[in-house]
Amino acid sequence: MTERKDLIQEFLLIEPGELLETALELRTAGYRLGQACATLLGDQLELLYSFEKDNVLRNEKLTVDAAAPELPSITPIYSYAFVYENEMHDLFGITFRNLSLDYGGAFYKIARETPWNPKFGGGEKAAAPSEDGVSSEAEGGEA
Amino acid sequence: MSKRTVIPFGPQHPVLPEPIHLDLVIEDETVVEAIPSIGYIHRGLEKLVDKNEWPEMVYVIERICGICSFGHGWGYCKTIEGNLGVSVPPRAEYLRTILHELGRMHSHLLWLGCLADGFGFESLFMHSWRLRETVLDLFEETTGGRVIFSICKVGGMRKDIPNEMLKKMEETLRGIEGELHELADVFLDDDTVKSRLVGVGVLTKEEAFELGAVGPMARASGVNNDVRLDGHGVYGEIGFEPCLEETGDSYARCKVRIREVFQSIDLIAKCVSMIPDGDVAIEIKGQNPAGEFVGRIEQPRGEAYYYSKGSGQKFLDRIRVRTPTNANVPPLVKILQGCELADVPILVLTIDPCISCTER
Amino acid sequence: MAAITKSPWIIHYDGSSCNGCDIEVLACLTPMYDVERFGIINTGNPKHADILLITGAVNAQNIPVVRQIYDQMPSPKIVVAIGVCAANGGVFKECYNIAGGVDRVIPVDVYVHGCAARPESIIDGVVKGLGVLAEKQAALASGETDPDVSGAYLFDPVSYAEKGDIENGDAEGAKDRSEAEEEAAK
Repeated sequence: MTERKDLIQEFLLIEPGELLETALELRTAGYRLGQACATLLGDQLELLYSFEKDNVLRNEKLTVDAAAPELPSITPIYSYAFVYENEMHDLFGITFRNLSLDYGGAFYKIARETPWNPKFGGGEKAAAPSEDGVSSEAEGGEA
Repeated sequence: MSKRTVIPFGPQHPVLPEPIHLDLVIEDETVVEAIPSIGYIHRGLEKLVDKNEWPEMVYVIERICGICSFGHGWGYCKTIEGNLGVSVPPRAEYLRTILHELGRMHSHLLWLGCLADGFGFESLFMHSWRLRETVLDLFEETTGGRVIFSICKVGGMRKDIPNEMLKKMEETLRGIEGELHELADVFLDDDTVKSRLVGVGVLTKEEAFELGAVGPMARASGVNNDVRLDGHGVYGEIGFEPCLEETGDSYARCKVRIREVFQSIDLIAKCVSMIPDGDVAIEIKGQNPAGEFVGRIEQPRGEAYYYSKGSGQKFLDRIRVRTPTNANVPPLVKILQGCELADVPILVLTIDPCISCTER
Repeated sequence: MAAITKSPWIIHYDGSSCNGCDIEVLACLTPMYDVERFGIINTGNPKHADILLITGAVNAQNIPVVRQIYDQMPSPKIVVAIGVCAANGGVFKECYNIAGGVDRVIPVDVYVHGCAARPESIIDGVVKGLGVLAEKQAALASGETDPDVSGAYLFDPVSYAEKGDIENGDAEGAKDRSEAEEEAAK
């Protein structure tokens, strides 16, 4: 009987500034990016990046302020992260710097802006025009 | 250099049962670049955690997709069980594995039919779907539903499946094995079929890893990231060896799925011979998920993630599902580069796209 | 034109369903259920179709598409809404990106129940729809004006989504949570 590797759960806390460094380290060590997602907890957004190697998971967590979330994109390291980063941009309003394939808020076609993050826009398009100008335009055009 | 033209492909297209859109930049008949755009059927069902208590949420998660419905239910139960720190009785784990493998057969036969339709072989489509009905009949006999069963619950299974029924299930599957071989021979040996699949849309092993391919897409290129190797369910006990191919073309992806259909029959037979007697569920009382857990399941289309976070209340803070098609979109973009325009529908099909999974 | 009810052509559109009903619609066409024995043929062209089968609820994105398909179909025509989602949104009713059942956008003639709808009920629904089709055909022949235009169903998805914030969006979700917290406190 093989070992139950699925029960190994490792959650590591990192600072937003360490994200690129950590991703590069894991990439060099042969890890694959499994998924990335965000959770709204009060005034904070918690981001979870799951990496996998030999069927063992390693989860990196970091928190950013929900009112003005901005992070570096990890697409220069893991090119396929654009799927998750565009999703987080559209649902939570997180801005990713240096995103290799930026859909500018048109990745998901939704009637309301950033439905998961009421603190940041949250359906009211006028709430944060300066930070989110691109996506406001795109969404406005569709509506 | 000839003139470049952009051709929009989808969201409504005869080979696509579901809406996905691709902007194909072409030079003469060759695709130079493909830009995918999704989100036509985004529902936002993960946010229903605010309205449904965690034991009820399983019904919503099962309806992420009607094709791999059982797998989604299992994945959700797995992450919540992990979060609560409980383990389910062994009989329930065996039953889950059996139904999950049966689901894989149903999904792969469905895909084979769609592929046959994609390259214009309609009678092959009809035969694949005719054999698939046998699998659906087994589902109906054992769970009561054809595509959505709601038999999985947090803590185990909602009801037991008697041993005699399981024996009969194995016999029925062995009964259609001959016909499945006939079907497989057409897909793998017929010259007209091979002319559409061999050497089309090659994804090398390095590219498959670099672009994060999962499931049969990765295995056809020789990347072994089958989640069943991590020992969830009873895969650790019954022993499991993933089906790998090396060439990475459409033919290899087709072959992996055909081999997996037969492998599923063997795995079900093994489970039926080894299944212990006993309870199929444990009772969970007065306990709410208060931590976090990332569960993974090997869906018919590949690896799926289920992340749950709770704070000791009846309503979870977050449920996140990352489905296999999500991970297979970047490799799709890669294999579309340099292909002929007429092969685009086949290549889109070979990743086995499930858009309602992707967009949730 | 009497032949229309003997050989109706169908067109299928996936609103935002979970695939469950879609694969059952497709299963109707395969050897086990084989609707071609009723002369029913699946077409991809709305201008050839008499019956529109819709699975799944509508959202802001696909409302114009549904309307367009419907308006392109020649009269007489009928709409069959397949599954609970097409009827009223079903399990996804409260999702933020779901606008509700198909009948908010176009008139629906037959509702097929089930989650997922069974092939037998889908065939049953289509056959029932043939009766409606015959009635509509007779009405048109007697000189009545065509009632089937989607313009009568004006529905603004954006205002619905905004209203949803209050009626069945975040506010209600928060209430659910706070109610649970109160109970826990007791």
